[in-house]
Amino acid sequence: MTNNWVDIKNADVVFVMGGNPAEAHPCGFKWVIEAKIKNKARLVVVDPRFTRTAAVADVFAQIRPGADIAFLGGVIRYLVENDKIQREYVKAYTNAPFLVREDYGFQDGLFAGYDAGKRAYDKATWAYQLDKEGFAKVDPTMQDPHCVYQLMRKHYSRYTPEMVEGVTGVKKEKFLQICEIVAATAPANKVMTSLYALGWTQHTTGAEMIRAMAMIQLLLGNMGMPGGGVNALRGHSNIQGLTDLGVMSHLLPGYIGLPLEAEPDLKTFLEKRTPKPLRPGQMNFVQNTPKWFVSLLKAWYGKAATKENDFGYDWLPKNDKPYDILAAFELMAQGKMNGYFCQGFNPLASVPDKAKLTAGLSRLKFLVTIDPLATETASFWKNVGELNDVDPSKIQTEVFRLPSTCFAEEEGSLVNSGRWLQWHWKGGEPPGEARNDVDIMAALYLKVRELYAKEGGTVPEPILNLAWDYVQPHRPSAAELAREFNGRALADIPDPKEPGKFLAREGEQLATFLHLQADGTTASGNWIFCGSWTQAGNQMARRDASDPTGLGATGSWAWSWPANRRILYNRASADPAGKPWDPGRRYLFWNGKKWAGADIPDMRPDAAPDQDVGPFIMNPEGVARFFAPLMAEGPFPEHYEPFESPLESNPFAPKESRAYWNPAARVYPDDLAKRGAAREFPYVGTTYRLTEHFHFWTKHTRIAAVLQPEMFVEIGEGLAQEKGIRQGDLVVVRSKRGQIKAKALVTKRIQPLQIQGKTVHTVGIPIHWGFEGLTKAGPIANTLTPSVGDANIQTPEFKAFLVDVQKA
Amino acid sequence: MALQSLDIRNRSASTFEGPSARQALEVAKLIDVSRCIGCKACQSACMEWNDLRGAVGVNDGLYTNPADLDDQTWTLMRFYEENLPTGLQWLILKDGCLHCAEPGCLKSCPSPGAIVQYANGIVDFHEESCIGCGYCISGCPFNIPRLRKEDSKVYKCTLCSDRVSVGLEPACVKTCPTGAIHFGSKADMLFQAQGRLADLADRGFKNAAVYDPKGVGGTHVVYVLPHGDHPEKYGLPRRPSVSPLVALWRSGFARTAGVVTMVGVAVAGILHYMRHGPLEVPEEKE
Repeated sequence: MTNNWVDIKNADVVFVMGGNPAEAHPCGFKWVIEAKIKNKARLVVVDPRFTRTAAVADVFAQIRPGADIAFLGGVIRYLVENDKIQREYVKAYTNAPFLVREDYGFQDGLFAGYDAGKRAYDKATWAYQLDKEGFAKVDPTMQDPHCVYQLMRKHYSRYTPEMVEGVTGVKKEKFLQICEIVAATAPANKVMTSLYALGWTQHTTGAEMIRAMAMIQLLLGNMGMPGGGVNALRGHSNIQGLTDLGVMSHLLPGYIGLPLEAEPDLKTFLEKRTPKPLRPGQMNFVQNTPKWFVSLLKAWYGKAATKENDFGYDWLPKNDKPYDILAAFELMAQGKMNGYFCQGFNPLASVPDKAKLTAGLSRLKFLVTIDPLATETASFWKNVGELNDVDPSKIQTEVFRLPSTCFAEEEGSLVNSGRWLQWHWKGGEPPGEARNDVDIMAALYLKVRELYAKEGGTVPEPILNLAWDYVQPHRPSAAELAREFNGRALADIPDPKEPGKFLAREGEQLATFLHLQADGTTASGNWIFCGSWTQAGNQMARRDASDPTGLGATGSWAWSWPANRRILYNRASADPAGKPWDPGRRYLFWNGKKWAGADIPDMRPDAAPDQDVGPFIMNPEGVARFFAPLMAEGPFPEHYEPFESPLESNPFAPKESRAYWNPAARVYPDDLAKRGAAREFPYVGTTYRLTEHFHFWTKHTRIAAVLQPEMFVEIGEGLAQEKGIRQGDLVVVRSKRGQIKAKALVTKRIQPLQIQGKTVHTVGIPIHWGFEGLTKAGPIANTLTPSVGDANIQTPEFKAFLVDVQKA
Repeated sequence: MALQSLDIRNRSASTFEGPSARQALEVAKLIDVSRCIGCKACQSACMEWNDLRGAVGVNDGLYTNPADLDDQTWTLMRFYEENLPTGLQWLILKDGCLHCAEPGCLKSCPSPGAIVQYANGIVDFHEESCIGCGYCISGCPFNIPRLRKEDSKVYKCTLCSDRVSVGLEPACVKTCPTGAIHFGSKADMLFQAQGRLADLADRGFKNAAVYDPKGVGGTHVVYVLPHGDHPEKYGLPRRPSVSPLVALWRSGFARTAGVVTMVGVAVAGILHYMRHGPLEVPEEKE
């Protein structure tokens, strides 16, 4: 979240699209109710189904799965054409006035530079016009035809209400009603929050859906504002912590990218990863990457990391190609990955195309699962009739099950969606032989290190040089790890402003990432967590819920990264002169000498407004981007059909077959061969979670199993009637990848939609069942889903695919 | 809320005058349907607190699970899909005992002390005195009590009388994540409920209303219903009342009639004996 859970209470409009917080985040949803009750906020829900969030909404619109960018693009057009934007904000805080190269272009669904063979773009023309000093040129009047604002206006001119209706299925009147509610937050004293979750991320165009909403929020001046922002509601407890710590195949802690093969030494790596400012006087905060990165290497390799050996840079793996989850199972299916460690993860249930997963797991030499529960993955070799129809005699994979602890059986910190690191304490002892994950990994590491020490081997340095200075080497404590993430001074760190004084003395915990050094005199396991465990102790364990300003900035409750900041980009809550846009939301202001207010300023504290330092300090241009060349499929979000679509062509580019679905999304040949067509699979399937269950875990608990005992699929009354399906009938749902049987839940809450003159039915498929646990055993929903992901981050497209339904 | 005495005001099948030394605060639970997201946390908390564990059932094509109240399910989220003038509505109601001021169950119960009403308004079943006759089930205008086959006793929501007596709110209230369930004095709850109606009217629910039906003397569980003109759409009776037969059953007339019947049966028995001798049970063949 750019903001945080409590902050939702400040909103005038709560816009829920791409998420279903009442069901998936019922505890956090209290703040939406708070906004409704105390702030008279209006709740708008756009979803393929009338959900439990819709049940308490003021306005609901049913959308075709995967048509979100068409809807959001239509909102952008509405705001721009009707001048419902916060113009001063847009001019000062976004790249709307920036000039783009004249050879940038867009036609028939494709941006300039497309290479169909590579399914990728040459992005050379997606760039600003630069002056001779290397700064971007701007036109403050935003009239130049090549300025971002005009390009954006032109780009979305095609997203008319009629087009929105024909692509999304949302009636024009309903769409315009929602546009009006959204547009009502353009004035400086009205704010909208956007809440989304996996309903946006799990599409081949997921990242662009989120960007489209970010653009709307920028047009309205709602970024950085209390009650505003674009807020990702994370799907797992501590999944935020997972990404913060870089437990992804392309990341290191603190969102530093993992080195690539093309970056053979530290100098090259840092040069490529350290941007130069694109406007004069900007903070360009990412210029500090060398400090963060060298401090990380010092935390990992300790004394072995020296200036002479590039601080151990050679010991890091260098990515030669993507190793995301879809890629991993592709490699497994090809027999190129033959061992797999599966920690706190149940891929057989949670990754698309179960048949492909089973084939991959069956080719492994070994599979290790570390989990507190009996997962389907750990039992993938077991024949469970039609629920898991495998032949164990043909599977040679050796499976090791290492029982681990549940959250309440260990202490540590969890990072919530609002970036709060909240310390929790152990509530009980784990059962049987279960050990906590850290102990398991420590035991594995110490054994591997022993083998390397004894037998040598290829590149032993990364293992042998790893710093492992824990009091009990086989059992690093949560406190030790947390202190390591924060970081400490390895030498006295002089204060550059006051000679003779020190920011930290040798051995002290660091107070802030501002004190990190690039010369090896500081260590920090994760720069964004720096400040969480200082000389003053464990900041994450703080439990003072006071909210001094009433604006939800509970700065003494736990600790929020970065720097205990509760709202990101909060400098943008004040106008360029440093005065809050809304006197009712006095969040941050310039007091004549420095920035002051309810929160830690997201700005150099002494940067006077007349210095023109932009509020989006992580961008080298200092402002937020409507035009974003980093994206794989284009600098502006554009509607593409899902990988599997009920339509024959993309209505926005009917003649350009290359623009039918995301032209920059990766697809492996075996997955392309398993693509279903609307002739055979006429309905749109979409998967989701129910409030009664948490993923595939709570089916192991009795009460949750009672509350939602058996797999079902949701079918609209219209389709049910067509197919002769009645409430509670057993139905078969088929996709090109497989089929499942489930009870039919016939509902009014899914209506047939009229799309391009065609009736399109949506079939809802909840995911929580499997063949382990206390619920009635049920089919794994991901038997049906396609193994293809978002073009930027490879999140699988679970939310829109094709199925057929028949009465069993 | 302070500690609550559990002084008894009414007791089934008993001529009874409750103790009067202490004044009890009349309590109520307010269920604001407009804030409810149907998450079933209340249903789960009820099972936890009361140590209830129903069987894992089946899905009959509904979100309502289990499909009905039972001896292990004292509160149940019920889901209704309704096309109303305001558009499609998914009405979600936390079903359970309403703790009537004039409880039909207590009035119907023939077993002394099996059902009591505390001075604070809570209607509680004391299962050790229950004879399993099921009259309370027929007597309830809301179809709440459920007979357990295994022990032939009837069960329902206690409004967590054990928690309330020590100054705690009911488990469902404590757990509700959106603050849709409140607990306090009945006066406070009604005041709070009235306050919600203006906001609901502003959002287009012109007929929002508080459900506190007078036919049973008012209830100690009250609802804020956005569609207050259609309680039946939420599965609530429009005008609940205790059946006149129950009133008759507990009246002096019924008692007199009962005595007359008993005497009649005794006389008939004596006559039968005088005419035919003792009843003989035929020997069963092994």
